[in-house]
Amino acid sequence: MTPRSPRAAHARLLDEIGAVDLVGVEERVAKFATRSIKKASKVWGLRMAVSMTDLTTLEGKDTPGKIESLCRKALRPHDDPSVPHVAAVCVYPSMVRHARRWVAGSGVRVASVATAFPSGQTHYRTRLAEARGAVADGADEVDMVINRGAFLSGDFARVQDEIAGVVEACGRAALKVILEVSELETYDSIRAASFLAMEVLRPGDFIKTSTGKTALNATLGSNQVMIEAIRDFYLDRGVAIGMKPAGGIRTAKQALQYLIAVKETLGDAWLTPRRYRFGATSLLNDLLRQLERERTGAYQAPYYFSEAAESY
Amino acid sequence: MPARRRATARPRAALIFGDLWEFDPAPETADPRLKPRYELFIGGSFVRPRSGRYFDSINPANERRLAEIALAGPADVDAAYQAAARAFRPWAATPGRERGKYLFRIARLLQDRAREFAVAETMDGGKPIRESRDFDVPMAAAHFFYHAGWADKLDYVVPGRSVAPLGVVGQVIPWNFPLLMLAWKIAPALAMGNCVVLKPAETTSITALKLAEILQDAGLPPGVVNFVTGAGETGALVMGHPAASKVAFTGSTEVGKAIMRQLAGTDRKMTMELGGKAANIVFDDAPIDQAVEGIVNGIFFNQGHVCCAGSRLLVHEPVADRVISRLRNRIRVLRVGDPLDKNTDLGAINSGAQLAKIRRLVASGVREGASLFQPPCRLPARGFYYPPTLFTGVTQSHRIAREEIFGPVLSILTFRTVDEAIEKANNTPYGLSAGVWTDKGSRILRMSTELKAGVVWANTFNRFDPSSPFGGYKESGFGREGGRQGLLDYVRLAGGGEP
Repeated sequence: MTPRSPRAAHARLLDEIGAVDLVGVEERVAKFATRSIKKASKVWGLRMAVSMTDLTTLEGKDTPGKIESLCRKALRPHDDPSVPHVAAVCVYPSMVRHARRWVAGSGVRVASVATAFPSGQTHYRTRLAEARGAVADGADEVDMVINRGAFLSGDFARVQDEIAGVVEACGRAALKVILEVSELETYDSIRAASFLAMEVLRPGDFIKTSTGKTALNATLGSNQVMIEAIRDFYLDRGVAIGMKPAGGIRTAKQALQYLIAVKETLGDAWLTPRRYRFGATSLLNDLLRQLERERTGAYQAPYYFSEAAESY
Repeated sequence: MPARRRATARPRAALIFGDLWEFDPAPETADPRLKPRYELFIGGSFVRPRSGRYFDSINPANERRLAEIALAGPADVDAAYQAAARAFRPWAATPGRERGKYLFRIARLLQDRAREFAVAETMDGGKPIRESRDFDVPMAAAHFFYHAGWADKLDYVVPGRSVAPLGVVGQVIPWNFPLLMLAWKIAPALAMGNCVVLKPAETTSITALKLAEILQDAGLPPGVVNFVTGAGETGALVMGHPAASKVAFTGSTEVGKAIMRQLAGTDRKMTMELGGKAANIVFDDAPIDQAVEGIVNGIFFNQGHVCCAGSRLLVHEPVADRVISRLRNRIRVLRVGDPLDKNTDLGAINSGAQLAKIRRLVASGVREGASLFQPPCRLPARGFYYPPTLFTGVTQSHRIAREEIFGPVLSILTFRTVDEAIEKANNTPYGLSAGVWTDKGSRILRMSTELKAGVVWANTFNRFDPSSPFGGYKESGFGREGGRQGLLDYVRLAGGGEP
């Protein structure tokens, strides 16, 4: 797939997968926000969201100590033992072996960003080596970034080949492909990039909205465009790809809206941490706060929740 | 861990929309503050009908009685017209900016009581609370605001000419958007200095009579607006009264024709907003998911009780299968049931009679060989409900492609070329609205000129705004409501000549 011109490649891909209308998408997702989730259904949704969380720390100042705190929170989000553990901890490659120590065998998986996260701007061989290194250190999942420069200049073949290369580098680890939707800008491009990625992914791999390192991260709109792409790809090819919105989802209310979108677009088979994840940090305590609210009828002060960053 | 890719035993991938995550009931609990009995609103106060008769208004969601409504006879309608005629001179002489203040006040009072009105509207008519809360009530308030803004700018309605009110206007409105249609009718009439005698539909009189309370609170001079309630006979009295300078009717084409026969030969001005059988046209380059959403909005909004509903889907043959399969998946997640539940997408059918009509027409579709699709859904045991329904394999000759069903039933036809789409879209006695879905701008412009419909929506459907005129072609009626054009139907140009 060597395009004659970037424009031609873009036009061909769009022609194949169909266009997206911005106004219509926004209208559709506005309906999710009007759903009213109460009582038992709310508790179910909140617990599901906890179990789907990729609890994340991606900071220059991360240390093994910080990773231990994160992992302990991941294993036991709340004093209430009926609250499930989260899906995974998501860390930088150098922290994978530290995370491994705390969560191995617990069911909480270790995810590592790789491929020169968040910009991806280094040599391809370096990016591949980083992914391999993370897997060698024990990462169960790798979160890569796509080559947005190549995508925006129309070199789709390169974008796809690089993803395929990382798939191979992952071996048995699952791969999550970060599109960085705010840099792709249009819903048409988000849909196109989703298909480019899915065509070389394996069942059980994911596509993911954002790194969380740009101004605009996951939105219900970008989530919708991506899960519709996943649905179309599944219905066409029978291959089920997972989805991970990341960044900007801070409240339980938002998380429930995302889950409603999943329920009404992809159906019950995607309401599982195997196929849907939230990349988030502060979301977890808000989910717990709402769960406690449902249990006790009152909101608890932040200091009742471990690792709460809010002051009181 | 990604599973090894292997050939699945399942022949085709399918989505599961099951009960893994059921939603608990989420009823809207605001008090609608209903009275057990509603009198007529004549001359600024609630009066007992001289007929002495009352009829029941029931909640179509559970068939329980909500209130008793006064039945207006000839003497009552006469009294209403007399009150309006008495009020007319001082009202017309009131400066426009003062009239505007009343309209602003009505709009704000309606906003203040928005939840209460939304619940009342839903209980009386059966529409989902999501729609009455997010559409009907705010839109009704928006119409009062919009026309309040016009009231002091009458010198600019027709540049270079001045306008004068007509007198007393008789208005009859339908049951599908009781409060909103009332706002469409009375806001422009009042802004222009007319007085009103209005009859709501017999199944949905309550929000009009609740609005009468707001008119009182707003201090609107007595007689400027009068509400008489009742069924068809009362409507005929309102439309036929000799004191009316103009009549405005929204409802079925059949009744519209009867009114026009009744008034033929008189100098009565008329506005008719009648039935429709709108074509919603999807081309192969359309954004499919958003088109599907537009199709759903087009036909399932308000259970399809919408005169401009996109009840005929014309889909380009190359994408027909894709559109239909996505549409099926989409309607599987529509929630049908208790209209007061905040998660309900399709509420109750307005009346038993309407439900019977829908069933009759659906049966004719099946009999004539079209294939029917209804998603599995549990309908409440009591009340009038109908599941969202798709008919494929429909042709122009099927009854379900020609007659207005006024329910959640979509007839799907296909076409091959642009010309064929236009021809099929226009092959109907109606011409109220149409929708076009395409990525190609020039095609939208061409379609909007060639489709004989009062409103043509491009890449959207069922969008309304007080500043946008609404009305029909052919047997969908004449006259416009909303915008500057809508004002012209409530004035005469000073110095003679029709606008």
